[in-house]
Amino acid sequence: MSLTRRQFIAIGGSGVGALALGSGLGTGFWGLDRSPLHDPGSEGEKVVPTFCEICFWKCGVLAHVKDGRVTKIVGNPAHPLSRGKLCPRGTGGVGLLYDPDRLKQPLVRTSKRGEDRFEAVSWDAALNKVAEGMRRIKERYGPEALALFAHGYGSSWWSALMKAFGSPNVGQPSYAQCRGPREAAFSLTFGQSPGSPENLDIENARCLTLIGSHLGENMHNTQVQELAEALSRGAELVVVDPRFSTAAGKARYWLPIKPGTDLALLLAWIHVIVSEERYDVRYVEKHTLGLEELRAHVKEKTPEWAYPLTGIRPELIRESARFIASFKPASLVHPGRRTTWYGDDTQRERAMAILAALLGSWGRRGGFLLPGAMEVPKLAAPLTGAASQPAASQAAASQPAASQPAAKRPRPAADKPKGGGYPFADETLASGLLEASFPGVAAYQVKGWLVYGTNLLQVLPDPRRVLEAMKHEELIVAIDVLPAEITGWADVVLPEATYLERTDDLWAPAYKQPFVALRQEVVPPLHDSKPGYFMVRELASRLGLGAHFPWPTADEAVEARARAAKLDWATLKKSGVILGKAAPTTEEEGLALAFDTPSKKIELRSDQLKAAGFHGLPEFTPPEEPPPGSFRLLFGRAPVHTFGRTVNNRFLSQVFPENELWINTAAAASLAAFADKPLKSGDRVMLVNQDGARSGPIRVKVTERIRGDCVYMVHGYGHTARGLRFARGRGASDSALVTRSKVDPIMGGTGMNVNFVRLERPRAPEDEAGKEGRA
Amino acid sequence: MSRRYAMTVDTRRCVGCNACVLACKAENKLPEQGFRDWIVTETRGTFPHLKQEIRSERCNHCEHTPCVSACPTGASHKSEGGTVLVDHRKCTGCKACIAACPYSARYVRPEGYVDKCTFCLHRVKRGQEPACVEICPTSALAFGDLNDAASPVARLLHERASKVVKPETGLKPNVRFLT
Repeated sequence: MSLTRRQFIAIGGSGVGALALGSGLGTGFWGLDRSPLHDPGSEGEKVVPTFCEICFWKCGVLAHVKDGRVTKIVGNPAHPLSRGKLCPRGTGGVGLLYDPDRLKQPLVRTSKRGEDRFEAVSWDAALNKVAEGMRRIKERYGPEALALFAHGYGSSWWSALMKAFGSPNVGQPSYAQCRGPREAAFSLTFGQSPGSPENLDIENARCLTLIGSHLGENMHNTQVQELAEALSRGAELVVVDPRFSTAAGKARYWLPIKPGTDLALLLAWIHVIVSEERYDVRYVEKHTLGLEELRAHVKEKTPEWAYPLTGIRPELIRESARFIASFKPASLVHPGRRTTWYGDDTQRERAMAILAALLGSWGRRGGFLLPGAMEVPKLAAPLTGAASQPAASQAAASQPAASQPAAKRPRPAADKPKGGGYPFADETLASGLLEASFPGVAAYQVKGWLVYGTNLLQVLPDPRRVLEAMKHEELIVAIDVLPAEITGWADVVLPEATYLERTDDLWAPAYKQPFVALRQEVVPPLHDSKPGYFMVRELASRLGLGAHFPWPTADEAVEARARAAKLDWATLKKSGVILGKAAPTTEEEGLALAFDTPSKKIELRSDQLKAAGFHGLPEFTPPEEPPPGSFRLLFGRAPVHTFGRTVNNRFLSQVFPENELWINTAAAASLAAFADKPLKSGDRVMLVNQDGARSGPIRVKVTERIRGDCVYMVHGYGHTARGLRFARGRGASDSALVTRSKVDPIMGGTGMNVNFVRLERPRAPEDEAGKEGRA
Repeated sequence: MSRRYAMTVDTRRCVGCNACVLACKAENKLPEQGFRDWIVTETRGTFPHLKQEIRSERCNHCEHTPCVSACPTGASHKSEGGTVLVDHRKCTGCKACIAACPYSARYVRPEGYVDKCTFCLHRVKRGQEPACVEICPTSALAFGDLNDAASPVARLLHERASKVVKPETGLKPNVRFLT
């Protein structure tokens, strides 16, 4: 006897009685002698492939749907980024979709900004109000005075709207608050950046060096899969981290570096590798520019020089450098992701890029891969700015007219100060747009904000500055799924459907296995939430820009794009992904390396930086020390959470309900303020930073796993928003303590590891109850 | 030959991310604060001389089963492949099994009966892997039949050194940790 899966599910779904009956009928099939097998019934009647949005990695997932509800989410075996596996966060889509605190209706503010008082209105009324505000800004100040702050893949529709509207001011905090310094440094050195997802061949690396990455706690699915695979094959791991991270626990070498001194260590490593001729001679001679200048530059940067700066013994520096070099070229120095630490971050990343070049690992097996992407042309203007590709024009022809009179060329983005600055920023600075919101800072002032999926009060440094900036704005619109802090300050709140309830644009990134992935609606939107495309199209039509969005729904827009690119739409719907043809990604595979730099070489020495008044080779400047009794505040990720976005996720929070403050055992024992009753794990403390900013109470984790001069917490906690009923008051906010940042003069990144905190006992019993001390 | 189900947990691969725990919760519709598997991180030494091991743990489906012996109603029993199960209909929630288990692998559901890892036998019957094994991004988990030399667990245990948690219990766990 055999059962199809559908039949099996029908039995499983009808309860215990039917199960017992089924078991009796099919004893041989089940092979159970004692009791019927209980089926929990989570297998979907329908399984819909889509891609995840719990983080930016965007893994392919399969969402199981039963009785109209998503029961579970697993990895899509056909998708190159998930390969059937998934990180814990990805399972948490159900916790987002069914979050009882979701924004459910469009809201319009009824009292002073920030008082968080709103009335629910119709979509029509909300969109009219937004369109009116946008039109008024355009009339008074020009379209460029409107800025979009955005995070997440759904923002592509909003970027298109901005383009149609005539504003270049689209700032993704993922650049200047995160990966920007890395992008700038690698572009300066190699002519391109590692991309996102980073094109790293971790799987084939024989040695992986993590300096500023806590991969394993940072759960980028594919990278963690490859890390495990590499370790399993005997690859070596070198970890530089003030904290004994998960990865450090698996490493051959752990270098517990003094925070802020990574560049000194990198220069000393380069010193060893260059002076002992341990670099890849053929590769360096053929492809690089400036070896001799580099040799002279690091001549004095000996391990003995680095020792007092970094706290790492000279013999350990020497030994680890030789170790790393011995595996070249399959010796991969991970470029990191959030690289905005100390304001000299581009130079530190430059040193990492130089090291990668010396190891000959760029464009080599086990190093950095150089793949292409599938060609999936975007459709008519403004999605491309031009409808020149034949495929695109063909699609456009079959649709309502998308042609618009050529818009006036907008003024350049307002994200730089008046006199210029940050010459190597290759994306718009979200923090720059914040500054441009103040009068007189930039060439013109930003007067209205659209805020899509990014909680600026936790994302940008110094929440006080964000609150101040909002006073100058005539329009603030928040588009979000949850009532994060920033939505409380908006004039209009537009509740978006979650990624499981909407279709977004196709995604075809550069990756070793090129692919195009589809995000499609798994279940219809709950409450009165709507997909982003709906909002954008409605706003466009109210602003006279309707011709830019001719397709009635995102599904139709995406289908038109897929068909124009000759993709099999049925296959894409059914498997969620279509694979392209893989091309060579390394020299070993026959790729001819080319570098898009002025010299067409790998620029160990950067004349571009020099010409702009910066060091052509990285120089180390020691960071400011914490005052006595204070600790440097470091923050990072937990495997089950993405920033502050998942802290309200009740499903994910079951295994990580609140953040803890890591403090070294000996350091905790010597705290004068706690002399009477020494701190132990689980005690709650308050944190006060150098500017007097305070955090709410946080539990301490007294541990050997961190240096004594810094403390560490997982980012994203300490929510204050009333609507986040689960997250509110849980753990402490690192963001509230990052009142100071050091801006990287090269590309405008905001270094945020420059704050110091001291620990205090909670003052009153109500603090113990878990309330945040201040807004 | 009869089946002998076992699981291996590769401590070299595991990063303790909790994907196994959450996938189990969704698959088996576990109640809030009900867990059939969990992560243990053991750190030894003092700064900076530290060693660490991370394990994904669950019911060990032991050869010798004090939990079954302790059960007054016969709800706790050994099922196919040596899998230890609880028949929810027979369980009175007396917690004798919980007291007998040295691994704290069991908990009481709000409905009043005891619940624990089943090796996802309902999935295994369909030819699928247990939910924790399927999801694991580091492929640290493997499941199979020890009596089948070609099964992943048999191969891994042949190739790699392994250990069990609390060997002093003498219960012969069928969850093995690859070191």
